[in-house]
Amino acid sequence: MWDWSYAAEILPDLFRALRVTVVATLLGIAMAMVLGLVLAIGRRSRRRVARAPAAAFVEFVRSTPLLVQLYFIFFVLPDLGLTLSPLTAGVIGLGLHYSAYTSEVYRAGIEGVPRGQWEAATALNFSARRTWTSVVLPQAVPAVVPALGNYLIAMFKDTPLLSAITVVELLNTAQELGSQTFRYVEPITIVGVLFLLLSLVSALLIRRLEARLAFNR
Amino acid sequence: MTLVASVSNIVERLLPGALLTAELTVVGSLLAAALALAAGLSLTARAMPVRAAARIYVEFFRGTSMLVQLFWLFFALPAFGVELSPLQAGILALGLNIGAYGAEVVRGAVIAVPKGQAEAAIALNMSPGLRMRRIILPQAVVAMLPPFGNLLIELLKSTALVSLVTLSDLTFRAQLLRSSTGETLEIFSVVLVMYFVMAYAITLGVRGLERRVSRGLDVGGSWKTS
Repeated sequence: MWDWSYAAEILPDLFRALRVTVVATLLGIAMAMVLGLVLAIGRRSRRRVARAPAAAFVEFVRSTPLLVQLYFIFFVLPDLGLTLSPLTAGVIGLGLHYSAYTSEVYRAGIEGVPRGQWEAATALNFSARRTWTSVVLPQAVPAVVPALGNYLIAMFKDTPLLSAITVVELLNTAQELGSQTFRYVEPITIVGVLFLLLSLVSALLIRRLEARLAFNR
Repeated sequence: MTLVASVSNIVERLLPGALLTAELTVVGSLLAAALALAAGLSLTARAMPVRAAARIYVEFFRGTSMLVQLFWLFFALPAFGVELSPLQAGILALGLNIGAYGAEVVRGAVIAVPKGQAEAAIALNMSPGLRMRRIILPQAVVAMLPPFGNLLIELLKSTALVSLVTLSDLTFRAQLLRSSTGETLEIFSVVLVMYFVMAYAITLGVRGLERRVSRGLDVGGSWKTS
């Protein structure tokens, strides 16, 4: 039922595919962290033209499946004249999807900054930009780093969806191996174990980071 | 074809898929709710083995990807002599995965019920089962509902994954329609809106439910004497 030699044989292929999974996750979270911050600041803008679209984007993206969003990016954009490689489309999909979630995380962090800090910035005649960059964000962002880390793990676990738009990541490779040999148990089980290990280890690291941040305060 | 006609045509072609998506959401959430309650209460149990078993279940299903779980049930399980239909595999994966997240919600809500409530129930000589049913759960449910609403939307969105094991849900039919007509922009826009409408319906439903269960309790909304 379980063939150890076959498992050992496919392990190098799976590790190579793991690299694609990790790269997609890291690029995706980088995009989500930047775009999420933009959305969070946009939602607090004094101008309605910035506030309303940011809020609508967040609500819509959070209410629709990532898989369909990936299809949208991968199949619709080429028709509009913008052809993307599968990996690029996948990273953009992950980044856009998770930016809706990270923006809520940032929002919580920004709301946690005491009102007096804003008032002090006003009293010092800081511009809006300076208030954000030197008063609010330096206090808001470190506080939410652990929460962002949780979304890093969530995104990591969503990367198998990229196989649906032909990115050769971990699950896609496992399926490919399975269809060559008609043995699915080993490849898919190994993929599951790799996901479990990596997400448990990352969760542990985040918990430690959280403890350290709490200690520093 | 005018845009309106083309959109209504797409909606009509996708409707059976939306129906299956709704069915999967309902059945999947029933399984998830049952598992969440069982595992969540086990997490608060006094007996160590019960707690450990529930903890392993929760960490395992939260630690691995749902799509991997679905593929394992669909592709790997037959090697152990268990052949699941795509529908069975889909419902099982949805229920097991969301149930694990729900278990943490149940645990948190049960723990949050003030200790005095359980003590009062003990003082009234209630059995542990009765205590849970009559005293703890009715109060815990109020705290469970908002996160359960979020999980229900997660579940709805996750049903799209079953299209990858050949179930013809909304996403699957969209893909079919795309390959036969090539109207990618119209089709996927309509599909996104259909999912959004379903998620919004869930939001409204849960909000109504929240009002109902918090009636007569002095938590949440306004305190009423009645």
